[in-house]
Amino acid sequence: MRRTTLQVHESSAKPAGAPKIRLATAWLGGCSGCHMSFLDLDERLIELAEVAELVYSPIADIKEFPENVDVCLVEGAVANVDHVKLAQEIRARSKVVVSFGDCAVTGNVTSLRNRLGVDDLLNQVYQNGPGSVPRGEGDEVVPRLIERVLPLHQVIQVDAFIPGCPPDPERIWAAVSALLRGEPVVLSADMRRFG
Amino acid sequence: MSRTITIDPVTRIEGHAKITIYLDNDGQVEDARFHVTEFRGFEKFCEGRSFWEMPGITARICGICPVSHLLASSKAGDAILGVRIPPTAEKLRRLMNWGQLVQSHALSFFHLSAPDLLLGMESDPAQRNIAGLIAKYPDIARNGIRLRRFGQEIIRILGGQSVHPAWTVPGGVREPLSNDHRNQIKRMLPEAFDIIGLALDLFKEAAEDLQEEAQVYGNFPSLYMGLVTPDGGLEHYDGVLRVVDSGGKVLEAGFPPERYRDIIGEAVEPWSYLKFPYYKPYAYGGPSYYKMGMYRVGPLARVNICDRAGTPKADEELRAFRQLSPKDKPVASSFYYHYARLIEILFSLEKIAETVEDPTITNARVRSHADVNQLVGVGVSEAPRGTLFHEYHVNEDGILQKVNLIIATGQNNLAMNRTVQQIARQYIRNGEITEGVLNRIEHGIRTYDPCLSCSTHAVGQMPMHVTVIAADGTVVSERTRG
Ligand code: SF4
Repeated sequence: MRRTTLQVHESSAKPAGAPKIRLATAWLGGCSGCHMSFLDLDERLIELAEVAELVYSPIADIKEFPENVDVCLVEGAVANVDHVKLAQEIRARSKVVVSFGDCAVTGNVTSLRNRLGVDDLLNQVYQNGPGSVPRGEGDEVVPRLIERVLPLHQVIQVDAFIPGCPPDPERIWAAVSALLRGEPVVLSADMRRFG
Repeated sequence: MSRTITIDPVTRIEGHAKITIYLDNDGQVEDARFHVTEFRGFEKFCEGRSFWEMPGITARICGICPVSHLLASSKAGDAILGVRIPPTAEKLRRLMNWGQLVQSHALSFFHLSAPDLLLGMESDPAQRNIAGLIAKYPDIARNGIRLRRFGQEIIRILGGQSVHPAWTVPGGVREPLSNDHRNQIKRMLPEAFDIIGLALDLFKEAAEDLQEEAQVYGNFPSLYMGLVTPDGGLEHYDGVLRVVDSGGKVLEAGFPPERYRDIIGEAVEPWSYLKFPYYKPYAYGGPSYYKMGMYRVGPLARVNICDRAGTPKADEELRAFRQLSPKDKPVASSFYYHYARLIEILFSLEKIAETVEDPTITNARVRSHADVNQLVGVGVSEAPRGTLFHEYHVNEDGILQKVNLIIATGQNNLAMNRTVQQIARQYIRNGEITEGVLNRIEHGIRTYDPCLSCSTHAVGQMPMHVTVIAADGTVVSERTRG
């Protein structure tokens, strides 16, 4: 477990009316399970809404990845050209980038396709139907798959890692509340397991 | 001059879905396409692995409905082993499935659609989300969170964790239900019943104000498909396939699900990673890309095709639902997926209440053991979004030779395309795009609660980037919002 020493803000005691932490969550090649586990914070989401503003997330309605994000949790591995682009934007615009869940941390299930070539994979999955195989070429309506699925830190610099498939809500709360207090993410041993 | 409008949920958000709308010379909508842009290749990369691993791997297709994949995969495994699982194991699997229906439908209704339904289709996009709901209607938001939590809690109690529990396996389940846990579920039930009552009231109020939307949010004839019990009741775990047409005529009364390939074909189109399943006895082909074989699955289909729900409160609500359509005809508008979802939550709660009273539910015998006895196994379940099929071909050692998955959302692909077209036609005039139009198109897709990670899972609002492109390639106008 790598520690982040980046300070999100000065102190944990937030005076009333202090600007909220700008929190983002993003979703690359994953199953949304990490986001579901985040929603499993249940009523703590209401608490979270008091100190943090969700400025970008698949569960909110925001047009593009904004500037000056304090913390961004990234679910999923990097699997296509759109993911690469989004990862780079996230890095450029966020103070702290967190690999959120095993897919982001290691590639996990999303990377199981790596032993196969992309062409082979597409041909075989789509060969049976009438019609033609989507290739993600030309007009770029569907984004091209990259040859090998990569964990996030092989594409951009990552500041903290939350393992788990998905990380359970306690682990997420431990990490997120530390980040919101501007403290390093230090997970206990039982919170550092994969799977 | 014909033009193309691309509604791009900005790939940088998830890269999961886009919409293209084609305008004719007069600026009217000619055609529309819903593109799914996510691809993960499960069917192929699972080859060469053991079928025993499949529940754990395929659950990772989707974090919102992992239980559906766990069940379909375990059932395909049961078939490969050639065993009948212990009766208590089946009841426990059903229990978890109802828990999942509650949590997934609650997420769809409260977290994702309520912002549109309660704050308004044309409300401020910055507020039109769960946080906006927490700010404006904190009690409703809290209730929604608690109802979703009830469903997640059931999954956690049975399987140890709410997302991807390694609990159901070929042959049954790993752990029985303890008496303490049974009582814990009982204690949680009254609150859940209260919340669903409230949700039904909320929906009915909202629907009164949204009658214009109900007319065009996917209001067209199609076939409907789903599982029913052998005697025609609402079913989510097993049973037989029923296909009904738009006039209410039963085309397939009790089709064996393991022979699904005889009635379901899968077309592919170069502009989407999501396949296009269709009803095979009818054609895929014709003047447009959504064809006669178009069918819908999921809550709307299930409550349309069943003869009855089979529990008292859900049956009462089902009678009210049926008033929406003239005699014996299925309800045609996808807007009523919302209503159907709430009816299914009510049904699931009644079934959960019934199941925890069953004296055999805590039996310890929950798993049958065997080796590979059959080389092909098909597993089916009703996922929150519709019928899900897993088909595995293995060798004598249980190593997968071929895998075919038919995902619930995929089966709504043709209908989702048609819905986009219908809403676009209604609200786009002379190529003009407003923020309201974008959200309406988006909501049309959201009525299906598309499980797009089983393809591309667009949770929540899809940020959109719309470009109107002239036939000569010049950009006529552009609009972004999210
Ligand atoms: S880490 Fe697991 S839960 Fe998270 S996206 Fe990947 S497969 Fe889904």
